[in-house]
Amino acid sequence: MPVTVSLDGSVLTARLSGDIDHFTAADMRSEIDRAITMNPVSELILDFSAVNFMDSSGIGLVMGRSKLMSELGGKCSVCDPPAYIVKVMKLSGIDKLCPITGEGGVRL
Amino acid sequence: MKRCLNEMKLSFPARGENEAFARACVSAFIAQLDPYVSELAELKTAVSEAVTNAIVHGYRGRRDGIITMQVRLCSDRRVYIRIRDKGCGIADITQAMQPLFTTAPEEERAGLGFSVMESFTDSLRVKSSRGRGTSLVMEKTLRERSGDESVKDGVSNKSGRKSGTGSPLR
Repeated sequence: MPVTVSLDGSVLTARLSGDIDHFTAADMRSEIDRAITMNPVSELILDFSAVNFMDSSGIGLVMGRSKLMSELGGKCSVCDPPAYIVKVMKLSGIDKLCPITGEGGVRL
Repeated sequence: MKRCLNEMKLSFPARGENEAFARACVSAFIAQLDPYVSELAELKTAVSEAVTNAIVHGYRGRRDGIITMQVRLCSDRRVYIRIRDKGCGIADITQAMQPLFTTAPEEERAGLGFSVMESFTDSLRVKSSRGRGTSLVMEKTLRERSGDESVKDGVSNKSGRKSGTGSPLR
């Protein structure tokens, strides 16, 4: 499964895996959005620890979920992305909308 | 002019599944120059952006459109990649290359494809004519293979304007 979601109270964690490109992002997006709309979610954590590759489609994915959560009055963050993906994210400035945390919750 | 060590050409239909295929091919071919992991990741990302553009914008979902990719490895460690489509072409290249410009916001395209290609390669040239297609050439010179990756590793963000101050996403 490219996305596994788990709910802890109102905190939804979506664990993404494999490659995020234009082709795979669409399914990931609908999977996450379905979980958000079906549950009372106040916080979304996008777990990137198992993502091998990401292009700008991943930026669109994070940006879109971040907007959705802010519309719902909640928050969104990215956790444990590989170093190379942090670079892609920082290039886009998405880290200013959606905090990125590394090991031990340290903000990257 | 440096000697061409090896060359490949590939053509495939404009299907989403082939984004991963194109990346894998480039990655396997460039491995002959023994690149750093970060360089490989950067080139894979740039290729992914270019192929996605051809599929989403060039052919606008027409799955029978043909994309050609040519890769050359040169003796000075320069990698030359050309990606071409015979799709609809780009009306205004300058506008298309602006960060955050996209003609497909409903698909959550961030409009960062060209920015990523520019940042992750040394040069990017785009030629396009309406109704006839787009040709994109990216070049990147790989670092000499010596020393420790963790020390030398880093994103080649040559212009420096895409990171740092301000968020282009607001």
